Amino acid sequence: MFAYIVRRLFLMLVTLFGISVIIFVLLRVVPGNIVDILFDAAGFVDPADKANLERELGLSQPIVIQYLHWIGGLLHGDLGYSYVSEKPALEEILPRIPITARLAGLALLFSASIGIPLGVISAVHQGSRLDYALRVVSLSGLSLPSFWLGLLILMASVSLFGTMPIFNPNPKTWLEALTIYAVPAMAVGFRSAALTMRITRSSMLEILRQDYIRTARAKGASEASVNYHHALKNAVLPVITVIGIEAAFLIGGLIVTETVFNIPGIARFLVEALRWRDYPIVQNLVMFIAVVVVVVNFIVDMLYAAIDPRIRFGD
Amino acid sequence: MRETKTLDTVLEVKNLQTVFFTNSGLFRAVDDVSFSVRRGETLAIVGESGCGKSVSALSIMRLVPDPPGRIVGGSVTLEGTDLLKLDDAAMRDIRGNRISMIFQEPMTSLNPVMRIGDQIIEAVRLHQKVSSKEAWKQAVDMLRLVRIPEPERRAQEYPHQLSGGMRQRAMIAMALACRPALLIADEPTTALDVTIQAQILALIVDLQQRLGTGLILITHDLGVVAQTAQRVIVMYAGKKVEEATVESLFETPLHPYTRGLMASIPAVPSPDAREDVRLVEIPGMVPSLTKLPPGCAFAPRCKLAVDRCRQEYPPLDETKSNHWAACWRAGEIAEAS
Repeated sequence: MFAYIVRRLFLMLVTLFGISVIIFVLLRVVPGNIVDILFDAAGFVDPADKANLERELGLSQPIVIQYLHWIGGLLHGDLGYSYVSEKPALEEILPRIPITARLAGLALLFSASIGIPLGVISAVHQGSRLDYALRVVSLSGLSLPSFWLGLLILMASVSLFGTMPIFNPNPKTWLEALTIYAVPAMAVGFRSAALTMRITRSSMLEILRQDYIRTARAKGASEASVNYHHALKNAVLPVITVIGIEAAFLIGGLIVTETVFNIPGIARFLVEALRWRDYPIVQNLVMFIAVVVVVVNFIVDMLYAAIDPRIRFGD
Repeated sequence: MRETKTLDTVLEVKNLQTVFFTNSGLFRAVDDVSFSVRRGETLAIVGESGCGKSVSALSIMRLVPDPPGRIVGGSVTLEGTDLLKLDDAAMRDIRGNRISMIFQEPMTSLNPVMRIGDQIIEAVRLHQKVSSKEAWKQAVDMLRLVRIPEPERRAQEYPHQLSGGMRQRAMIAMALACRPALLIADEPTTALDVTIQAQILALIVDLQQRLGTGLILITHDLGVVAQTAQRVIVMYAGKKVEEATVESLFETPLHPYTRGLMASIPAVPSPDAREDVRLVEIPGMVPSLTKLPPGCAFAPRCKLAVDRCRQEYPPLDETKSNHWAACWRAGEIAEAS
C-alpha cells in the first residue's frame, strides 16, 4: 500500500508537469499578448515602446527561458505579478479560492445528498410513476445548462421577491452566508445531482439483482436495511467515480454561474485574466485547478479501497 | 402425506400455486403442490432445471420476486401459522429465525463488502435481543460449529478471502444461527467441487440431526437424495408427479419421468465391459410452461404414453402404500416391477 501511494504521488507530479507544459504552450499559441492588447486599445503603436514593455514583462525572452523562469518561481512560492493589477499573483488568487471552494463544496454536497437518495428511491420503485417522474426531473437536470438555470432562478427571484441575491463578501450571519452560496450552488449542482441520481439508480438496479440481496431478505432484514445497508454500500462505487469526475467538471460550470450571480471567485477571474492574456494569473490558476483535480482523483481511488475490501492497491 | 398431521409436523404446504406474469403469458411455476416436513426429517425435492423446485422454496419463504411472480393459492403452515396470511413485518420475523435458506451459489450469496462475522451477527440481532459483543461470540461459535478452522480470524475476513466450501459453511452458520425449525437448502452443493460436496452435505445432515431441524433439500442429483433424504417428491413442469419414501422410490419408481431420471444416472462401466455403453437420456425437452399440453406434461417425452395421457391430467394416486404417483399407467408399472 505504501509503495503504491509513493508511486501514485510520483505519477501525480509527472501529470502536473505535463499540464504545466501544455498550459504554458497553449497560452502563447493564442494570438496576441497583453502588450498587443494594450497598444491596440491605444490605437497608436510605437514599436520601440512596445518592445520596451515586452522586455520589461519578460515576454521577449525565448519561450523555454520563460517557462523555466515560471516553474523556478513556482517552486519557491513566487507566482509572479499580475500584468493587469500589477499586484503579486498570489495576493490576487488566494482570497478568491475560499469563495469558489465554498460554492463547489456546497454544489457537490447538494448533488450527493439529493442525487444518491433519489437514485435509490427510483431504483427501488423501478417502473412506478415516482420512478418516471424522478427520471424526467433528472433528464431535465442533464439538459438544462447551468447558466440558463441560473438566469431563470434570478428572474424568478426578482418576480417573486422583487429582489435577487447579491454577493456580500462578509456575510453577518451563518444563514446569510448560506443563502448567498446555496442558490448558485444549487444552480450549478443540479446537473451533477441529476447525473448522480441516474448513476445511483442504474448501479442500484444492478446490485438489487444480486444473490446476496436475496440472502439479506432471507435473513429477515427489512426493506430499508436491504436497500440502504446491503445494496447501497455495494452500489456506491461508480457513484463515487462520477462525483469525482463531476468535481473536476464543476469548474466549467462555475465560470458561467459565477458570472451570472456576480460572484468574485476564481472561475470568473480565470476568464477575465484570459481575456487580458494575464499569463501569470492564468498559468497559476490552471495549475491550481489541476492540482485539485489530481488530488480529488487520488482521494476517490483511496475511497474505493476503503469501501470495497476486494480492492487492494499495490499487493 | 396425509397421515403426518401430527404435532411434530414442522411445515405443511397445501395446494400451493405460484404463477409468473410474463410478456409471453402467464405460467404456473408451482401448480397445486402439497407436501409436509416433520421435525428432524429430510425431504428431498427432485427435478430438472425449471421444474419449480426453487420457486416452491422461495414461495415458502415468500421471497418470490413480485412482480412478475405471485403466490395465488394454497397455504404454507409453519408450526401452526399460515405464512401466506402474515403481514410483511411478521413474515420478516419468521425469515432467518424459524425458516432459513441456503442458496446454490456460495460465491455470490454473501455480501462482498461485509465481514463474515457481521453477516452472521445480523441474522442473530434481527431476531434476538443480544449485545453486539454477545452476538459476535455467537457468530464465532457458529463458525466453529460448521467446522471452519480459526473461527475468530475468519469472522474478521471478507467473503472473497474464503474458498467456495468455506463460504458455503459460513452460509450454513448464518442460516442456523437462530436455530430455525426448518432449513431449506436449494442445491447447496451444486456449485462446489466434488470432494467438498460430500463434506458440506455431511455437515448439513449432521447439524440438522443434532439441532432437530426439518430439512428440505432441493437437488437434481439422485445420488444426494439416496444419501440424505427420508422422503422424496419429484416435480415436473411445476407439478408434483411422485412422492415416496427414499427406499420405495429407488426400489420401484412409478412415474416414467422418475424412471427416466434414474436410468440416466451414469454408471461406471466394469473394466471388462466389451462395448462402450451409451448414456441413457430422456428424449425431448421440458415443455415451455406457457404452452403446456392439455394432458400429462410429460406425455410428449414418454415412451409409455397412451391417448388418455395426452388428453387428461392424471390424478396423484396412492398406487402403493405411502407411494403416490400422477400417472395413468402407474398401476401397470407397479405390477410389472
